Amino acid sequence: MPTPAELQERIQAALPGALVTVDDLTGGGDHFRAEIVSDRFEGLSRIQQHKLVYDVFGGDIGGAIHALSIKTSTPGATTQ
Amino acid sequence: MTNDEIRDFLQQAIDENRVMLFMKGTPNQPQCGFSARASGALNALGVQYAALDILPDPRIREELSGLSGWPTIPQLYVDKELVGGSDIIIEMFESGELAGLLGVEQPEEVEAEPQPEPAQRPIGLENRLD
Repeated sequence: MPTPAELQERIQAALPGALVTVDDLTGGGDHFRAEIVSDRFEGLSRIQQHKLVYDVFGGDIGGAIHALSIKTSTPGATTQ
Repeated sequence: MTNDEIRDFLQQAIDENRVMLFMKGTPNQPQCGFSARASGALNALGVQYAALDILPDPRIREELSGLSGWPTIPQLYVDKELVGGSDIIIEMFESGELAGLLGVEQPEEVEAEPQPEPAQRPIGLENRLD
């Protein structure tokens, strides 16, 4: 079962320098929320930003990770 | 129905409906909290939209994600473009961007609570799967 720490490591490995917070929403190890601040998101649409994060997990989304809620932003912006 | 036929059907739904929501369940009876929030946001804006339940056959979701490159449900399309999943839909709803994109007024009460009145009948795929 994936843990928040594991998800956090995988995101950070794929997006070096990113500030990543992951919560297990239900405590059940399958519904997660990730907040990611990264300069890699600069100039990308929301769709593209979220896709970058989904791509880290590939087929695990909808499988081992039933749900991953994502909030992305760039260091320069508080909301995006 | 073959996988190719399912994919064609999904593409047609995207092409023919300006606001197209793929969800788990229906706007009246969403089967997942994320889908409920997405359809709730559209209901709160009072826009006409088409909804398609992906649950009746696992191939619907496979083909949809193959088309969009987006792994999760719900998925909202406006003018044939993928707008996003539930996180993006809710963010854009709360900021007023979604109302702007859809050309409607932002309601004063901004709450994405599911409301049981779909603006349009759900599209049925069930009876085409056999």
